[in-house]
Amino acid sequence: MTIKLNKLTKRFGSLTAVDAIDLDVGDGEVLCLLGPSGCGKTTTLRMVAGLEAATEGDVMLGGKRVNELAPRQRNVAMSFQFYALYPSLSVADNLAYPLHAEKLSGAEIEKRVAQVAKTLQLESILKRTPSQLAEGEKQRVAVGRSIIRDPQCFLFDEPLSRLDVQLREEMRGEIKEVLQDLSRPTVIVTHDQLEALTMADRIAVMRDGRIEQVDTPHNVFQSPSNLFVAGFIGTPQMNLIPATLKGSNGDGLADFAFEGEQSLKIKVDPAVSKLSPGAKVTLGIRPRNLEMSVEPTEDSLSTKIDMVEPMGAETLAHMHDGYHDLRLVTDWRVPLSEGDLMHTRFPPDTTHIFTEDEQVLRSAP
Amino acid sequence: MARKHREIGKAGWGYTAVASVVGLIYFFPVLWIILTAFKTRTDALAVPPKLFFTPTFENFTSVFYRASITTGSSQATDMGLYFFNSIFIAFTSVGLALIVGTIAAYAFSRYPLKGNDTYLFIILTTRMMPPIVVIIPIFLMFRLSGLAGSYWGIILLYTAFNIPFSVWLVKSFFDELNPEIEDAARMDGATERRVFFNFCIPQVLAGLSATFVFGLILTWNEFLFALLLTGVETRTVPVAMARTLGGEVGVDYGLLAAIVTLFLIPIFFVTFLLQNQLLRGVTFGTVKK
Repeated sequence: MTIKLNKLTKRFGSLTAVDAIDLDVGDGEVLCLLGPSGCGKTTTLRMVAGLEAATEGDVMLGGKRVNELAPRQRNVAMSFQFYALYPSLSVADNLAYPLHAEKLSGAEIEKRVAQVAKTLQLESILKRTPSQLAEGEKQRVAVGRSIIRDPQCFLFDEPLSRLDVQLREEMRGEIKEVLQDLSRPTVIVTHDQLEALTMADRIAVMRDGRIEQVDTPHNVFQSPSNLFVAGFIGTPQMNLIPATLKGSNGDGLADFAFEGEQSLKIKVDPAVSKLSPGAKVTLGIRPRNLEMSVEPTEDSLSTKIDMVEPMGAETLAHMHDGYHDLRLVTDWRVPLSEGDLMHTRFPPDTTHIFTEDEQVLRSAP
Repeated sequence: MARKHREIGKAGWGYTAVASVVGLIYFFPVLWIILTAFKTRTDALAVPPKLFFTPTFENFTSVFYRASITTGSSQATDMGLYFFNSIFIAFTSVGLALIVGTIAAYAFSRYPLKGNDTYLFIILTTRMMPPIVVIIPIFLMFRLSGLAGSYWGIILLYTAFNIPFSVWLVKSFFDELNPEIEDAARMDGATERRVFFNFCIPQVLAGLSATFVFGLILTWNEFLFALLLTGVETRTVPVAMARTLGGEVGVDYGLLAAIVTLFLIPIFFVTFLLQNQLLRGVTFGTVKK
């Protein structure tokens, strides 16, 4: 079973919510659609489900175009943000409801309900109605109702957004475990990058109805393909500093000038040599990748610490060089105090260079 | 927000006293009418009004049986028929309006068309003018179409008058629902019909009850159209009541009070039957779960 989206587009009047996206989800793969609110991720999910009609493009399930099929004919299981439990039915009946459509015998239904209840520890609350459940229990029933069938694929809309932090971590593990046992393509919509990074096999980062990057969580984090993904993924946010390329030589070293007098000379990807001197670029580096140095060096920027935020195991320092703000994260044992002058070095392997059209400069591996 | 509800019976004496006084003021006219229904003609007209008297059922008997002055034997009145008419006409028209209104409200709520608000506004405008404005055209239409005096005529008219109210009220109940539940049902294999009947309707039962009772009260009390458009066979109680006023022996207050008392019973009964749903329906949307 696979999900394949082909130039899928959705317009609401003059607004284009989803703009010609292509996406493949393989059998047993968990794909997270990640993006800020209003980027079209839920609309995409609803088009796969059949709850929203595609304006253009195809939704293919298991190689078959299903655009014209109603939700109930697509054999897709979906769990909703607000759980959407049937208020008048008991937990057991909620779980059993999808099975009635499959015309299973009463004994078979009971067996499956018992099985799912066991997996998700719902046995003690089977007789309750949704209004008598705690948030976490509602969430588990919602998940249970979607996995009770054997559908072509699973869709989850913001599965954890309504839970508090502790419960969220707990459920993240539980859902991940459940998903591993389902050998079906799964799409999870979320705006929480941690959720995406932890649960997904691959992440599709969306913005304004377009997919900005599809890759493994590791690659999305380590090798963002453009400025948006770089800034969106990772906390604290990646430092993004505008600069001008002064020149590069054959041995892979490049000079960058910043607003103010400071400049930087670092080893760069060969792709940078394609740029002509004077080109505007943006340097991106994660706060955890910046290194501190006592002496000024060719590859460092002199800064002053504005504010220090202890975060437990690490310390976050906000710094500036008079023109740009920088964030640096370091071990909590490193003594930092406000007003300190510091030289921050840009290690070449973790410094990303983005061109003026916001794309990363990186030669293919 | 989960606010703790005040336990029943723990409202404190101050609240109870105020509530009792307000309740008494509102209920006093009703009490007076009911008491008068059990009074003899002399007691009914006594000044100052008597609070303590020997009750009599004479008035209730004379609602349905009238002693003939000429023959001395008692003769059945048509009041039974009029009560039947009132019940039949009101329940049928409010029920029809509720069915049509619910279906329309669902469509308005879930499948918004271009200019949806305009349609809804047009529907509402029919309730904006006083009914008396349209009474002449409607009277003429009924005369021409032969609907005047028939059950169907007055039922259709009341249905038409109740539909806008039903559409607006029921739509607000549908709007409050979480549409995800319907989507979930669709995903779980339900057809559109099943989504509507098995998932939407059960969630708005309280609202439907409230709409039904409000419509019923309006229709039950309606006098103007009933006076002009019902015939001898289809006359409703309010019209019949008005006809007992006047006459050769002056107003028979006891008889009038007895009719009013009987007239109260069906509405009281329905409201009582639906009171739990009604309370939930009326507070729907104002009290968040």
